[in-house]
Amino acid sequence: MHIRLHTLNQSIRFILIQNRAGKTRLAKWYMQFDDDEKQKLIEEVHAVVTVRDAKHTNFVEFRNFKIIYRRYAGLYFCICVDVTDNNLAYLEGIHNFVEVLNEYFHNVCELDLVFNFYKVYTVVDEMFLAGEIRETSQTKVLKQLLMLQSLE
Amino acid sequence: MPAPIRLRELIRTIRTARTQAEEREMIQKECAAIRSSFREEDNTYRCRNVAKLLYMHMLGYPAHFGQLECLKLIASQKFTDKRIGYLGAMLLLDERQDVHLLMTNCIKNDLNHSTQYVQGLALCTLGCMGSSEMCRDLAGEVEKLLKTSNSYLRKKAALCAVHVIRKVPELMEMFLPATKNLLSEKNHGVLHTSVVLLTEMCERSPDMLLHFRKLVPQLVRILKNLIMSGYSPEHDVSGISDPFLQVRILRLLRILGRSDDDSSEAMNDILAQVATNTETSKNVGNAILYETVLTIMDIKSESGLRVLAINILGRFLLNNDKNIRYVALTSLLKTVQTDHNAVQRHRSTIVDCLKDLDVSIKRRAMELSFALVNGNNIRGMMKELLYFLDSCDPEFKADCASGVFLAAEKYAPSKRWHIDTIMRVLTTAGSYVRDDSVPNLIQLITNSVEMHAYTVQRLYKALLDDISQQPLVQVSSWCIGEYGDLLVSGQCEEEEPIQVTEDEVLDVLEGLLVSNLSTPVTRGYSLTAIMKLSTRFSSVNRIKKVVSIYGSSIDVELQQRAVEYNALFKKYDHMRPALLERMPIMEKTASNGPTEIVQTNGETEPSVPDTKHPPLVTQPANQANDLLDLLGGNDVVPVIQTTLPTKPASAGGELLDLLGDLSLSSGPAPAPSVPISQPPFLLDGLSSQPLFNDISAAIPPMTAYSKNGLKIEFTFERVSHDWTKNLCGSIIDLCSIVQLSQSWEYAGRRMSYEADLAGAVFYTLCVPLLQTFQLQLLSPSSNIVPALNQGSVTQVIRVLNPQKQQLRMRVKLTYTHKGSPIQDLAEVNNFPPQSWQ
Repeated sequence: MHIRLHTLNQSIRFILIQNRAGKTRLAKWYMQFDDDEKQKLIEEVHAVVTVRDAKHTNFVEFRNFKIIYRRYAGLYFCICVDVTDNNLAYLEGIHNFVEVLNEYFHNVCELDLVFNFYKVYTVVDEMFLAGEIRETSQTKVLKQLLMLQSLE
Repeated sequence: MPAPIRLRELIRTIRTARTQAEEREMIQKECAAIRSSFREEDNTYRCRNVAKLLYMHMLGYPAHFGQLECLKLIASQKFTDKRIGYLGAMLLLDERQDVHLLMTNCIKNDLNHSTQYVQGLALCTLGCMGSSEMCRDLAGEVEKLLKTSNSYLRKKAALCAVHVIRKVPELMEMFLPATKNLLSEKNHGVLHTSVVLLTEMCERSPDMLLHFRKLVPQLVRILKNLIMSGYSPEHDVSGISDPFLQVRILRLLRILGRSDDDSSEAMNDILAQVATNTETSKNVGNAILYETVLTIMDIKSESGLRVLAINILGRFLLNNDKNIRYVALTSLLKTVQTDHNAVQRHRSTIVDCLKDLDVSIKRRAMELSFALVNGNNIRGMMKELLYFLDSCDPEFKADCASGVFLAAEKYAPSKRWHIDTIMRVLTTAGSYVRDDSVPNLIQLITNSVEMHAYTVQRLYKALLDDISQQPLVQVSSWCIGEYGDLLVSGQCEEEEPIQVTEDEVLDVLEGLLVSNLSTPVTRGYSLTAIMKLSTRFSSVNRIKKVVSIYGSSIDVELQQRAVEYNALFKKYDHMRPALLERMPIMEKTASNGPTEIVQTNGETEPSVPDTKHPPLVTQPANQANDLLDLLGGNDVVPVIQTTLPTKPASAGGELLDLLGDLSLSSGPAPAPSVPISQPPFLLDGLSSQPLFNDISAAIPPMTAYSKNGLKIEFTFERVSHDWTKNLCGSIIDLCSIVQLSQSWEYAGRRMSYEADLAGAVFYTLCVPLLQTFQLQLLSPSSNIVPALNQGSVTQVIRVLNPQKQQLRMRVKLTYTHKGSPIQDLAEVNNFPPQSWQ
């Protein structure tokens, strides 16, 4: 199965939130993949990331990219980026994202992400777009999220 | 039909499933319910149903039947519907679905919607998964939104534009006017996305790059404001104002300043300022510093700035956070070639990183350490690296061992040290050493003449301890075979000589032959070593016995060797001493990298030419020439057309056959004109020296024959081997390329006929008397020359020209063309002087 990971030049290829058991809580793809390619990628990321522990760095080489990941409680937040990207900056990006989730769901836990999965996608879409970081101000993002919520 | 269950309910229910099968059952039931609900075209519950479907899709179940429903939701007027609809579109629909295009109209309408949130949704969807057709259709709308005053929309539009440009690069110009004022924005979010857009445009098109270079002062100013003032508190992260924006600006500056002196100069100050003023206690600050370092390294910065950058990296190495150490090592690896001295200053820290726990940090530290080894620090570094070799993971051992060998070769302070280091590597990581290092080591040992006794003694002692590590065993048995006499006579100067008898030595070697631990290659080595000892030891009978036993060995290689050695004892005993003489000093073709022998062989038995041919090389040059003359005539040396060298098959191998091997001593060399591919060598990227002296570039190609539309062109490549260089002096590979360029008019149509070289092309060398040329032809690529230069027949001719006589060649061509046979004889005199000088 030939998986093309080169078609577009963007930084972020995909964002994944998985728990330790390998269940996907969020999968945002910024590139085209078939369903079975997606499944394969998810499994591979899970395999690579869960064997690492505290004495490893937060960066893993994956196919011809790298994955920046961080573990929060039982969830792994993974961003797959280009090899030339700044690892440390994306690590900050992940943390920023998690802090927003925390604020929005008031001390977020895994179940919040499960039951409100479509809202999590909204948060992602507020902060990332077209494979790039879009909005970094937590206050702004939260303001927008609350506005969107009021429309429901 | 009852109202479909709510999303929450469904999720809760599914989570109660205890097995995979139970979950599947629930999902199937729900899917069926959803399907019938869809059929009823129920507007009220569509949103809920699609949401449930999406949840099930996230769990991994198929949900394609909901695709059309997503479209219907997008078309709805309710915001909640649209939201789920767009989400569904992003999750379920991609470019390859036909339904995808149907979205275009909806998105277009929504881009012009009155509510900014709807516009936002549309922009987001387009930006994430818009196909090229969609992008083309909707680019105009995106561009319009890029100019709007609404910052919420401008941000999204900017990134959407990035996506459009990625998909349809030709549309880039369309967005150019909108970018005019992007950088004068106060809003950080817009600024950030604008910088991303500019970055994308500059990366894609050199014209854009030139155009945007004039923005450098503005970018510098923005960056300055960011660091100096608390520009915007809400973008603050741990006390640093908008680090993401800083990082992106730095990245854009990097692209703009890359090959441009003026821009680079304009950036110098600000880069220095960022580098010195950024707070480094948290990861954020380090992220900015890292980006700064990358930028400094990439643009044409002044040396002071570069040293500053490397010092920052050095400081990173001392940081507790392993992420930062990793990142520093990666960058140092990239800069070690260009800023070698600056990196040297941090050598000790780098060497400390060898003891890190993380595997990727260790690997990088190892690579970097090898890059930093030089004549001054070789002893200290090698100590550390050998210690690392002892304790590292197996995956590193091969690379580390190779690196140690290379470094030792380049910078060894003394021969004894070199040999000691090699011994240490062989004994500690012997089984991980690459196969190609065995011939290298053998050559090294041969060349250190004064150390022979010491070396053989140490190797012998190592053999007594352990015979499981094959490279060690192979090198040891070779040495014992060569220098066994020194071993037995107890002549060692460097060390306390050990007392060893001939029988003990032969016991050890025979032990290798029978041991289960020895590979076939090792057995070959030890058998040959035993044979060589027949001229050095006095217990010839014992050796004869061993050799004859193996004449019926199951292993074909061993059998062949034993049989040949037997023949040496019986029929050619007078030649035995000469054949088994001591090896001369060998020259190397390259100072680093594996020698050619290995590369052309590429087989599991690199030792084959090793042990078989060396004895033959010891013959003085004239003797060999005379023998070669036996093969060739006086005037014209006939062609020896061979495809691949064949080993002498008969027992008691004819003398000629033995020498016949000599000319093919490089081993099976398939079309040597093909560039020899280098094994993926770890340090290739680090060492800048070429693997082979590129002399072949000096010989220009020539046209040998051109008549009737048939053209023969020769290209040259000089080939030099360790073994044959001593004997023959120079060997050239000629690649002859036959092409047909003519065509004829026939009944108004251009016809072309291919030439059938059924008779093959004969090349003969014109050789004056008493010269020793030799010509070998490898088989041509085909016999048919296609017409109209559509292809060619290539054939490699190897010319051995030991006495560097001028080359002259006669070419006899026999071929059929247009149905009629053609014969021609021509002389080729215009060989370029470099080919035979």
